[in-house]
Amino acid sequence: MAHDPIRDETSTIRFMSKPVISCRDLRKTYVGKPPIEALRGIDLTVEEGECFGVLGPNGAGKTTAIEILEGLLPATSGDVQILGKRWHEEADQIRQRIGISLQETQLSEKLTVRETVTLFRSFYREGMTPDEAIACVSLEKKADVWVKKLSGGQKQRLAIATALVGEPQVLFLDEPTTGLDPQSRRDLWQLIMDSRSQGRSVLLTTHYMDEAERLCDRIAIIDGGKVRAQGSPEELIAGLGGEHVIRFTLESQSNDALPDHFWRSLEGVREASFKAGDYQLTVAQPHRVIPHLLHSLDSAGQRASSLTTRQASLEDVFVKVAGRTLEEAEGEAT
Amino acid sequence: MSDRFAKLKYSALRQMTIARLREFSREPAAIFWVYVFPILMMIALGVAFRNRPLEQLTVVVESGDRAEPTLQWLDADERFRVSIATAEDAHERLRTGKADLIVTPEESGSNDYRYTFDPTRPGSLLARNATDDALQRAAGREDLLVVADREVSEPGARYIDFLVPGLIGMGIMGGGLWGVGFAIVDMRIRKLLKRFLATPMNRSHFLVAVMISRLIYTIPEIVLLLICARFIFGVINQGSYLTVTVLILLGTIEFSGIGLLVASRAKTLETISGLLNLVMLPMWMASGIFFSYDRFPEYFQPLIRILPLTPLIDALRQTMLEGQTIADLGSQLVVMAVWAILTFFIGLRFFRWN
Repeated sequence: MAHDPIRDETSTIRFMSKPVISCRDLRKTYVGKPPIEALRGIDLTVEEGECFGVLGPNGAGKTTAIEILEGLLPATSGDVQILGKRWHEEADQIRQRIGISLQETQLSEKLTVRETVTLFRSFYREGMTPDEAIACVSLEKKADVWVKKLSGGQKQRLAIATALVGEPQVLFLDEPTTGLDPQSRRDLWQLIMDSRSQGRSVLLTTHYMDEAERLCDRIAIIDGGKVRAQGSPEELIAGLGGEHVIRFTLESQSNDALPDHFWRSLEGVREASFKAGDYQLTVAQPHRVIPHLLHSLDSAGQRASSLTTRQASLEDVFVKVAGRTLEEAEGEAT
Repeated sequence: MSDRFAKLKYSALRQMTIARLREFSREPAAIFWVYVFPILMMIALGVAFRNRPLEQLTVVVESGDRAEPTLQWLDADERFRVSIATAEDAHERLRTGKADLIVTPEESGSNDYRYTFDPTRPGSLLARNATDDALQRAAGREDLLVVADREVSEPGARYIDFLVPGLIGMGIMGGGLWGVGFAIVDMRIRKLLKRFLATPMNRSHFLVAVMISRLIYTIPEIVLLLICARFIFGVINQGSYLTVTVLILLGTIEFSGIGLLVASRAKTLETISGLLNLVMLPMWMASGIFFSYDRFPEYFQPLIRILPLTPLIDALRQTMLEGQTIADLGSQLVVMAVWAILTFFIGLRFFRWN
């Protein structure tokens, strides 16, 4: 993709508040045969008090990126600042002020919830009491229960309690809801929104579009180790040039039924794509485009067998910047 | 909450140690291996190698004219279990170890005997000499000297007395290596080490806490073993308990350090199990847990003496069996301390948290 209008629109740096996380030209190459370029130059800026989402398919480099920002993995090159400090200079000061939930940490099964949170509290100079942290994640009733006996969602909430107990300014959550049932996901979303409303900045990674759209003030879409688009969900969707998607199929089901001049004659269509008998048009004003479309189809001797419209979503943004759906991208990774 | 109270309550070293102790005490299998298994082992070995009453010597007299009177002479001595058998049968019994000696009366007209035995078997040699004595006396030999036997089997000189310090050393080795090495690799696999690394936790505090918790549960292990040894086998400590305690502490620190080093890079439980067994194998064989390492050739001795377990067991034996004090154990203490310090710092240096 040589020219990317979405990225151009949103890459202007905001000067209103100071960033809690910023990284410039972050690169990570894993040594091996062949070497794997997990990150190929990533720029991110997370402002104070915002919830920032790193969205992308599995294997896009999300976890590598967040672990470098968390100080757990050295970058091959690039500059990282957390709360204005650098890892190699003031690691302890940074760690005192951030809270982390990793993917797939198995906390000790034979400690209780309270014992676990108390242990993590002891690592920080300042923070809330263990019981306060347990209340933050609504696990009061499970405080004296062994970790082993918790459900997946409860374990994830406990993991967040261990991140919150040091009263961090920045919370890093790596795929916090992966593998959870719908109710647990919603509980966790509420928990993350609560943390944000208490003034904490949140950086989370996810491969769920709905999660990013629902929780995040701003999003970076990562694919193939690069940021493909960055901005608020609304900005990203607006950047498609239209906020609505018209989808239709033809009765003839023919692959080349509609010639180029057909599209040129249609006004108000920003993007058109065709796949397996399915036509998709991105438009700003469907009420104007649809009558025109039906009329043109008629004069081309074609009839629509179905036609639907919907609001454009981050999924459409992903398709535009990554050239395939998120589902297809996930398929490549496995 | 006052500041000082909060400081103590949230001391990472203290919390980490308590957490390790809680985890250990909630693991029934760990309790068995640490507390029950060494005692069972001591009892089994103590019973198997207990000092038996007078050993019986099995003698076969080859059948013939003079077999019967020979049998009667020997039967008078309670050390012998005597029977008469044909030449063929007797040789078969000697060959299969069921007899220690064959006594063959020479052909008629003579009072002489022929002895057939295996000189490499201590029982055979003993039977030959004792039988010869008995037959010579029966034939009328007079003893020229008066001798008095005093039999000694006092506590302190028996096999069980030798064994108990060896078992203590073995317990400290196994406990330190498995308790620290396995626990660390397990935490690494569960990504718990990485999670800890993501906090401001002091890294050496973490490793020290793992060692302290190990020390805390090793002490009752040894005390229990010593109590059982005392009441079941009458094993007593000739030296000071303070010295024994110092040796236990230093030994535990030493093997925790080695456990840390062995576990510093390992990423799977298979790797760590293999490495730990590899490290322990030479010490099981050569450090004198079950038998004295003097049996190994001279040129191995310097090597054996600097194995981590050898000075611990030697020092424990010198204390418990010979009553030596800490001042006599200088060289052993130095070897142990060097192992402890080197392995801890090398382990810390190469430690893989991710």
